[in-house]
Amino acid sequence: MSILEVRNLRKYFGSSAVLEDISFSLEKGQSLAIIGSSGSGKTTLLRCLNFLEIPDGGTITVGSEVIFDENNPALLSEKEIRKRRLHFGLVFQSFNLFPQYTALKNITLACELLAKEEPDYKKNRKAIIADIESNARALMEQVGLSSKLDYYPHQLSGGQQQRVAIARALALNPDILCFDEPTSALDPELTGEVLKVIRSLAEKKTTMLIVTHEMQFAREVSDKVLFVDNGIIVECGTPEEIFGNPKEERTKKFLERYSG
Amino acid sequence: MDFLVITQKLLEGFLTTILIFGITLVFAMPLGLFIAFGSMSRMAPLRWLAKTFVWAIRGTPLILQVIIVFYGPGLAWGWTAFPRLEAVLIAFVINYAAYFSEIYRSGIESVPHGQYEAGQVLGMTKTQIFFKVILLLVIKRIVPPMSNEIITLVKDTSLARVIAVREIIMMAEDYIKSAAIIWPLFYTGVFYLLFCGILTLLFNYLERRLSYFRV
Repeated sequence: MSILEVRNLRKYFGSSAVLEDISFSLEKGQSLAIIGSSGSGKTTLLRCLNFLEIPDGGTITVGSEVIFDENNPALLSEKEIRKRRLHFGLVFQSFNLFPQYTALKNITLACELLAKEEPDYKKNRKAIIADIESNARALMEQVGLSSKLDYYPHQLSGGQQQRVAIARALALNPDILCFDEPTSALDPELTGEVLKVIRSLAEKKTTMLIVTHEMQFAREVSDKVLFVDNGIIVECGTPEEIFGNPKEERTKKFLERYSG
Repeated sequence: MDFLVITQKLLEGFLTTILIFGITLVFAMPLGLFIAFGSMSRMAPLRWLAKTFVWAIRGTPLILQVIIVFYGPGLAWGWTAFPRLEAVLIAFVINYAAYFSEIYRSGIESVPHGQYEAGQVLGMTKTQIFFKVILLLVIKRIVPPMSNEIITLVKDTSLARVIAVREIIMMAEDYIKSAAIIWPLFYTGVFYLLFCGILTLLFNYLERRLSYFRV
């Protein structure tokens, strides 16, 4: 059974459709690359899944839980959205680390706030905090930044900041981790370290949705590729199919532009 | 005229100066926040009201506002006037709240939207995002313009003498009339300089304390 099932998702800005009838599914442990030119709706799709934009129609199902349904507005209350959002993690193009906190605190902050809502928090406070912190240290090690725990974001390079942001998103154990052009704001020599981290996550069978302009990377790391243009899915298939033997004229044109 | 006696008299006036300064600050800072929220509100009438208020207050001289608060209610509705000091305080609080509100607004609006979104996708509530993430960023941004405005307030207190509130400048002017000496008036500058000097040190300290991160 798929972990993520998106059906007929629609989103309008004013009267213009940004997403039209988007349907796809994703299996647990797979990674899905979403490619397409700027303004095609890729980012909006990710933002809809994370409820940074509220879709105008369709359904989103995670596991067996319907988290968005146009016919059930009760799912759209502030409280419900906050809860359902945690199925997803999102890594932003511009990192968005909290500048006033150290790398470690950036990772632990949200975990601590969520832990406070648990009924037995007061009793086990020390153990819970220690747990959250050791988990954050392990994540920092996983992204290769064990030596930077107490650094503030402005003391880190863009690539390091993005790796902290990945660790921060992983700390909440999302079912699906989303990346919104994670290397687009980086100097070319820094993209490698971030892609390496994402690749290692793919090897660990982390379920991921990756919006990217790095075609070579998408081809290597993904199990499935969506080509989006003008708010619709033009073509969907394995990386071999999309990159090796695209069926649609629009896909071919797009890929030709990228291979130069 | 004895230097010590005059120093003591001016100090007395300076206490009134500091009183106006302190009370204005204590009330105008929170009031400004409400006005700032009003001017950023999603409700158009509230936004319109806040913006008109700020326009009217910033568009007229403080000295005129002091006079209006003192004489206005009596002339318009035949009320007994506020006591002089209270009238000054009311005018000052309203005036400075309007200026502070604009500083707050620009501070809040300058926080990158990504900070809110990062908090949201991490499952934080709106209140948590404001207090744990946004607030300190806003404070860091507004310390320099607020210091500027607060130092201006120290010197604006001298406008209180327009309705005969006996702050330090008025005290010094008395000596021109009663003893035909002008040096006490020049001497008041020392009081202002010292007080603003202390404030400047305080603000520098605050800025240094917040310099460990960059927005």
